[in-house]
Amino acid sequence: MKPQDLTESLHKHPFLSNMNEELLRTLTSCASNVIFNEGTYLFHEGEDAKTFYLLRSGRVVLEVRGGERGQIRIQTVGAGEVLGWSWLISPYKWHFDAFALEQVHAFAIDASCLVSKCETDCHFGYEMLRRFSEVLERRLEATRLQLLDVYGSAIGERGENY
Amino acid sequence: MTGTSNIEMRIGSSPSMVPSVAIVRRVIWETDDTYTLLIDPPRGDGRTFAFNAGQFNMVYAFGTGESAISISSDPFRMNILAHTIHRVGTVTSALSRLRRGDTIGLRGPFGTSWPIEEAVGKDICIAAGGIGLAPLRPVIYTLLRRREKFGRIMILYGSRSPLDILYRVELEEWSKAPNTEVIITVDRGDSSWKGHIGVVTSLFSYLKMDTPSTLAMVCGPEVMMKYTCEELERRGLSAAQIYLSMERNMKCGIGLCGHCQFGPKFICKDGPVFRLPQIKNLLDKKEI
Amino acid sequence: MNNPFRLTIEGLERVIMSLQQKGYDVIGPRYSDGVIVYDRIHSIDDLPAGFVDELTPGMYRLTKSGNRQFFGYTLPPQSWKRFLYPPCRELFTLRKDGRSFGLTPKEDRSPAYAFVGVRACELSAISIQDRVFSSGDYRDEAYLSVRRRNFIIAVNCSQPAETCFCTSMGTGPKAGAGFDIVLTEIINGESHYFVAEAGSDAGTSLMEGIGAGGADESDVGAADETIRKASAAVTRIMDTSDLPELLAENTDHPQWDDVAKRCLTCGNCTMVCPTCFCSTVEDRTDLAGRIAGRTRTWDSCFTMDFARVSGGNFRISGKSRYRQWLTHKLSSWVEQFGVSGCVGCGRCITWCPVGIDLTAEVGAIKRGSTKQESGGSR
Repeated sequence: MKPQDLTESLHKHPFLSNMNEELLRTLTSCASNVIFNEGTYLFHEGEDAKTFYLLRSGRVVLEVRGGERGQIRIQTVGAGEVLGWSWLISPYKWHFDAFALEQVHAFAIDASCLVSKCETDCHFGYEMLRRFSEVLERRLEATRLQLLDVYGSAIGERGENY
Repeated sequence: MTGTSNIEMRIGSSPSMVPSVAIVRRVIWETDDTYTLLIDPPRGDGRTFAFNAGQFNMVYAFGTGESAISISSDPFRMNILAHTIHRVGTVTSALSRLRRGDTIGLRGPFGTSWPIEEAVGKDICIAAGGIGLAPLRPVIYTLLRRREKFGRIMILYGSRSPLDILYRVELEEWSKAPNTEVIITVDRGDSSWKGHIGVVTSLFSYLKMDTPSTLAMVCGPEVMMKYTCEELERRGLSAAQIYLSMERNMKCGIGLCGHCQFGPKFICKDGPVFRLPQIKNLLDKKEI
Repeated sequence: MNNPFRLTIEGLERVIMSLQQKGYDVIGPRYSDGVIVYDRIHSIDDLPAGFVDELTPGMYRLTKSGNRQFFGYTLPPQSWKRFLYPPCRELFTLRKDGRSFGLTPKEDRSPAYAFVGVRACELSAISIQDRVFSSGDYRDEAYLSVRRRNFIIAVNCSQPAETCFCTSMGTGPKAGAGFDIVLTEIINGESHYFVAEAGSDAGTSLMEGIGAGGADESDVGAADETIRKASAAVTRIMDTSDLPELLAENTDHPQWDDVAKRCLTCGNCTMVCPTCFCSTVEDRTDLAGRIAGRTRTWDSCFTMDFARVSGGNFRISGKSRYRQWLTHKLSSWVEQFGVSGCVGCGRCITWCPVGIDLTAEVGAIKRGSTKQESGGSR
C-alpha cells in the first residue's frame, strides 16, 4: 500500500476521525498493515509493548492467565476500536494476552516511532494523548459497569418473597 | 353518595384484584435459574386473552403469592401465554415447580406497551440486558411477523455469561431474518465463548445506525438502561426516540397500591414502557 | 347559607334515629381508652360531650372540660378512612381441588355508613381519596360501593389545634362541600343547639323529615362567628406557593438528611393520614395447604419492604423513604390526581413520636432551595 493510500484508509478509522491531514501523515509514517490469522495471539502478557493496533476487521479477545481457572476472557475488541496502550505507560509491557477470535486486519502503529514523533511535535503528541484518554475513559466506564454484575441478584436479597 | 364529586364514579368492571384461573402447560428451563412458564390463557366470559407487547401479568402461585411478570410470548399466538421468570424467591420458586395441568392465578394484562405502530417504516434497535430480553421478545415476534413493514432490526443482548443467555435457539433464528442483526455480549466469557465480551453499550460501536430514522427499545436492569440510553443519545438519537421498560415493586398492578411509584409515575399504569423524556429527570436521582 | 335549619339537641338525636331507621350504620365520635375514636354510635349519649383534646407535635392529650359541647375536641387519631377503606380486607379465598383450585371472591358486605362529625379537612380528605380510587380505568370498586351509599354529617370546627393548618391548604375550618348536612355547634349561655345546612337532597329531606325548624339571622350570625373565630385560631402555616415544583426540584436538599436523623421510619404518619392509600397484600394457607386466602392491608412507604424487588431495594435509606412520603403527598400527588395529598389536618405532626412537623420541613427546604441558590438570593 502506498503511503497516500495508507493515509486515506487510516483516516477512515473511527479513532482518527476528523484528524487533520498533517497529523495523519505524521502517524502514517509509523503505521503498517497487518493481518493475524484466527486462533493466533497478537501479543502475550509480559512481552514488550512495541506497537498498538487500530482494528479494521475481526475480533480480538483479551485474556488473563487465571492459574487454576485457566485463561479468563475479560473483553473483546473489534473493528473500529483501539487495542493496546501499554506502549504509552511504563514499564511498557503487555498486561494481557490478545487472541484473534477471527482473522484480524489492523493497522499496527510502531510505538518507538510514534513516541519520538510525539516528543518532537507536541501538538501531535497532545492530539494522540487526547484521543487515547477518551478511549481509556470509555474502557474504564465499561469495565466498571461490567464489575457491577448488573444481571446478578443484589447480595442478601435472594430468598425473599418473590 | 355524597361528595364534591365531579369525579366519575360510574359502576362498571375495572381491573380486579381477583385472579382468573389458568392451566399450566409446561415449564421450560432456559438457564440454571430462569425458566419459561407456558400456560393456557384464561378464557373468562368467552373472551380470548389479548395483550400488547410489553405488558405484564400478575401471576399467582396458590397460597404463596403473586409476582408481576412480563409476558414473553407472541401476541399473535392467542392459544398460549409465556412468562420467562428468574427464580429468586418463594413465589418464583413455587411457580417453577408447577407441572402440566397444574393451576395458577392470573391477572392482567396490565400496563403500557412498546411502540410497534410508531416503529413502522423505521429502523429498530432493541437493547436488552439479562432477563430484560423477555419483555422484548413479543416485540421481536411482532416485527418479524410483519417484517416488510419495518426497516433494519438490530438486536443487542447483554448477558452475565454464555450459560445465562436466554432463548439461544431463537436468537440464532432471528439473526437469519432479512436485514436483521443479533449481537450478543457477555460480562464474563469462557474459553468456549467466541462472541463478544463486554457490556451492551460497547456493542454500539459495531453498528452504524441511521440515527434519524431509528427507534430504540431498551429493557434490562436500571443501571444497564441508564448507560444504554446515555450511549444512544451520544450516538445521536434524541431522547424521544428511546423507549424503556421500568421495574418496581408491585402489589396490585392496577394503580392502587402505591408501591410502584417512580416520582409521579405509577410504573404499573403509566408504564412499564415509557418514552425516555417522560422519566429522564428521575433516572439520575438516588433512591427515587 | 341557603335555608339554614336550627337543630336542637333532641333534633340531633332524631337525626341519628332517623339514619338508623333508614338502615345506616351510624358512625361518630366517642370516648374510648383515653382517646376519641370514630365508632358506631346509638344515640347522642355516645358522643364525647365535654372532651377537649390538646394536640401538639408528638403529643395528644384528652381532658374533660366540663362544658356540654359534643364536638369540642379537634381531631381523633384515626380518620374516617378506616370505614371507607378498611385497614384489612379479605379479597378472596381459594380451595384446592386436586391439581386445580376454586376461587371465591369475597363478597362486599360493608354496611351503608352514616358519618356524624366529619371535619372540613376530613371532607377534603374523603374527596381526595374519591379521586385516588376512581382514577380513570383504575378504580377500587369496594371503596366506591361504600362511598355511593355513604351519608355524611359534617360539623364545622370551632377549635383548631396547634397542629392544624387547614387554612393554608384551603380545606377548612368551614366545611365547603361533600356533605349531606353540615352542623355548627352553638353554646350560648343556657342555649345549646346546632345551625344546620343541607348539602344534598338527601340531607334536605332528612332535616325536613325530623321537623327541624328554620334558623334565624342571629343563629346564622352565631355560626358565622364561630367559624370566623376558628379560622383566626389556626396559627400554623404551610407555605404552599410552588410547593410541588419546590419538592420535585429539591430531591437532594440537605434537609432530607436532617429530617432522616430524627425520623424513626415508624410509619405512624402514614397510618393516621386521612389520604394515604398505599396497601399491600398478604397470602396465607391453612396447615394442610388446601385452603388459601389473600388479604389487602394498609401499607406504609416507610417500611423496608415497600420498594423491595427481587434484584434489590429502591429505597434503603430512611432519608429516601421520608422524602418519598413528603414528596408524594405534597408534590407528585398533584400530578397524579390533580390535587395535593395534604389537607392540613396535622395528624402526622401530632402522632409523630418525635414530633416531626412537615410544615417546618417544607419551610426549611424552601429557605435553602437550590432554585433560590441559583437565583443568587443566598
